[in-house]
Formats: sequence, C-alpha cells, structure tokens
Amino acid sequence: HPPTGKLYEHHIPISPIQRALLAVGSAFTALYNPFRGDMVAALGETTGGIFLSRIRDQMLQDPEGRRILKERPKITSETMQLDKLRQLPDGTFGREYVRFLDDQQVSPDTREPVCFVDSEELAYVMQRYRETHDFYHTLTGLPVTVDGEIALKWFEMMQTGLPMTMLSSFFGPLRLTSAERERLFDVYVPWALENGSNSKSLMNVRWEEWMDRPVEEVQRELRVQPCPQA
Amino acid sequence: MASRTALKQLLNRRAVATWTPVRSAGFSTMAKVLHQHQPPRTPNTSQDPSGTQSTQTHFGFQNIPEDMKETLVRQVFANVATKYDIMNDVMSGGIHRLWKDHFIRTLAPTSGTKLLDVAGGTGDIAMRFLDYCKETHGDNTAQVTVFDINPNMLEVGKERFSKTPYHNTSQVSFMEGNAEKLEHIPDNSMDAYTIAFGIRNVTHIDRVLKEAYRILKPGGRFMCLEFSKVENPLISKVYDVFSFEVIPTMGHIIANDRDSYQYLVESIRKFPPQKEFAKMIKDAGFTIMGQGYEDLTFGVAAIHSGFKL
Repeated sequence: HPPTGKLYEHHIPISPIQRALLAVGSAFTALYNPFRGDMVAALGETTGGIFLSRIRDQMLQDPEGRRILKERPKITSETMQLDKLRQLPDGTFGREYVRFLDDQQVSPDTREPVCFVDSEELAYVMQRYRETHDFYHTLTGLPVTVDGEIALKWFEMMQTGLPMTMLSSFFGPLRLTSAERERLFDVYVPWALENGSNSKSLMNVRWEEWMDRPVEEVQRELRVQPCPQA
Repeated sequence: MASRTALKQLLNRRAVATWTPVRSAGFSTMAKVLHQHQPPRTPNTSQDPSGTQSTQTHFGFQNIPEDMKETLVRQVFANVATKYDIMNDVMSGGIHRLWKDHFIRTLAPTSGTKLLDVAGGTGDIAMRFLDYCKETHGDNTAQVTVFDINPNMLEVGKERFSKTPYHNTSQVSFMEGNAEKLEHIPDNSMDAYTIAFGIRNVTHIDRVLKEAYRILKPGGRFMCLEFSKVENPLISKVYDVFSFEVIPTMGHIIANDRDSYQYLVESIRKFPPQKEFAKMIKDAGFTIMGQGYEDLTFGVAAIHSGFKL
C-alpha cells in the first residue's frame, strides 16, 4: 500500500523497498542499455531526493527562479511556438534552438513524465530540469552524441549535484571508445568543470524569454563559454 | 506514443535521457476506457427489471464491469507476451520450470494422447507434453492443440515451436479462441485438458470448467496448474512482500510495464483457494481423487485434477 496518496497526475507512489530496488535496477539497466529512456528517468527520480530540494531552494533565492516556481511554465512545441521561432533571425537563441530540434528531428513533446518524486513542487523541478535539457545543447554547442551527452552531464553535475548526473559522468565513459574518452577528459570535462561552476544557475533561467537574443549574448550573460570542439 | 527518432538515427547519434520507448496502449489508456464505461450512479427510481448496473467482477484488486474484463486481460497479455518467458524466470527464480515438469509427469500421458492445452500461449506445457511422449514412450503420435485467447502469446509459441522438430508436423497446432466457449471443438474429443496459469484470468471459471468437461472423452483428465494460497503464515508474509514489492518493480525494469505485473500479483490473491477450487471442479461434473489437488512450493502453486467418468 502506497505511503502517500497520488499527488499529481503521473505520480506513482512506491514503498521504500520498491524505491531502493528501482534505483539499483534502473542504474544497471540504464548503463547496459542507455536507450531505455524510462530507466534513465526512473534513476534520476529515485535518486533525486534532497538534491531536488536544494535546487528548489536555489531557485527560491533568485527572482527569475521564483517566478518559474510560481508560474510553472511547461515546455512543449505549443508553448514554445516553434513556428514563430523559425522566423527569428539566424544567430538568435530561438532560431538556433529550433535548428537544433529540426536537425535532430526531435520535439520537446515526448519527455517521460515524472512519476517517482513524492512532492508536487519537486516533481515540477525535475520536470523543468528535463524539459530544459535541449536548451543546454544550444547554449553550449555540445552535440547529441554519447560523449556530448556525457559532457553535458558533467556540466549539470557541477550545477545541480544530482546523483544521476554523477552516475552518468562516472560510468557513462565506460561505454565510449578510447578516442572519445580521451577527448572527453582532455577537452570536455575541464570545460564542464570550469563553466558548470562559474555560470549562473541555469535552473533559474526563464529560457522562454531569451529566445530573440543572440546566442553570444545569452552565453555572456549566463557566463557560459561554448564548448570547444577538439 | 511514437519514438522520437528513427531507429537508425537513434543508434548513430541520439543517446541517453531523451528517448521515449514505443509503448502500446498501456494501463493509463485502459484506465480511461474503464472510467468511460462505469455506469452512472443514479438512484434507481423506476422499476427496471433489466437493471441499470452491469454485473461487476474483479480485475486484480479493482472492481470493473464484467464485460470489460476480457478486454483488459487481453491487453495485459499483449503487453507481456514478448517478455513473458523471461519474466517467469525472474519472478519464480526458475522454479516455474520445475512446476511444469512435475505437472506433465503427473499427467503421465501415454502414446497417442490428444491434448487440448488451454491458455497455452507460449507453449511451455505443450512442448513438455510432446517431449515426454517422445522420451518416455518413443512416441510421435501424441497431438497437442495450443489454445489461447491472445494472438500475441500464440505468436511467441509458434516462434518457439518453429525451432523444434515438431514444426510442421501434425503433433502441434495452434488455435485462437475463448476458453469459456470452445466453439470448434466437438464433444468427447480430447483425452486430456490442461490449463496452466490461465484459469485465474478468465471471467467465468465455471463456464471454462463446463466446457472442459464437454470436450473430454469419458475417462479423460482435466488438469490445472495455477497459483494458489500459501497457508504457512511466515512464508506467506515473505511471499507477499516479494509479490507486491519485487515483482511489479522487476516488471517495470525488465519490461517497462509495472501495471501488468501489478495486475498479475493481485489476480493471484483473488483466485479461490485450493479447496474451494476443487469443489468448483467437482461441481462441473468431474470426479476428484482425495482432496483433488497437490500443493507445490508451500502452496505458491497447486495442481488440481479431475476425471470425467
């Protein structure tokens, strides 16, 4: 019998035993088969715990972050108005973001919903973290290859401290070729360590309001240098 | 829900965190369907002999209109079909294989036996039956019809049999249908009827038993292998924890389907215990020997048996 009732639409309350089992099982499954997006999601949610609270508290200390928590914007192809973004001039954040989506043939609509976080507000924080991931690609210039994603996880680890990011950062490289690993640790990781800690906390960014600004300006204000491609 | 990118692109480029697995209409869709079909709770002011409420039955721990059960069960098994065998091994630690071996040895079929294996899906019982006749009697005239309501499960069974010497022989055939109405099977035509881990999913157990009785020849044997009740209180507690904590989680991890396995463990608790089920078998006309059942693994499973005399 679940410990708490259902707190939000996709909430699946689970007992502590199930949570522990799911955390371990999803860790192994996600490592073995990173295409199991549902397992990656479950891992993040079962291990998120106090780190989500910390992110939420950080958001409360920033005016833009507070507004996000209050208004709870969702990122979908509808809310982002992708067609309007395509009309923006080249070099603007919005135009480059949509270019990225079109190139990869993905849309912001098919994220896994958050299920295993036992708090409505923290579930939103997790959801927001997941939904803003594509903006990180646009901001940093990192590609969606496996090593690009791992580099982003290092970056996010410096930003959020989420255990999920640590697990990806430390175990993900096991799946890389040695050439990719070399580039990861020579170029990407030093970049991630420096920029992840220096930059403004990206969870406080109302990305929706930055769309018409040039990418370089966004990078400067958020104190993020684009990732050098070796 | 479609996956985000074509599989080829996926393998080449996309990694981690952003891929949504393909998933056929799962439980959330079923829950919506259920909700729409619930009869409205209006006070019954007029005398309506036909009644405004449809009969209710159980689906795991939920109550649902009876006519929905078949659809929901079909959906469960369509979802689990491809991972059915792996999950059986995980859930029972491989013990289900021992149960099934013992089941066929208890049946002890002779040469030329005609078996109807109901809810036979992926073919575990049928395979063992034919192997037993071959190995014990050197017989290859035994015949089994694998009968199941679910085409996906039958597909898995056909696939498995295609890799055996029984493929394309008259020894095995596959039939899709409803155990409550064995339409194309004539009276008094089968030597044996087996149903393994299927009967707890049917809507009307009594109808299944009556049909089993009809199609068996006089002297024919009905045998059922099914999850049952654990009497020992200590083992029962461990079993409950395992069932409700571990199994749905394993279903989620291995098959990305928590709900189907939640249903499976709940449906076990709703099935009649050993003695009650033995009585139902007797009521259908079968003659039972002794208590009519044998416990396996402390009652986690049980073999029930009856003869048509």
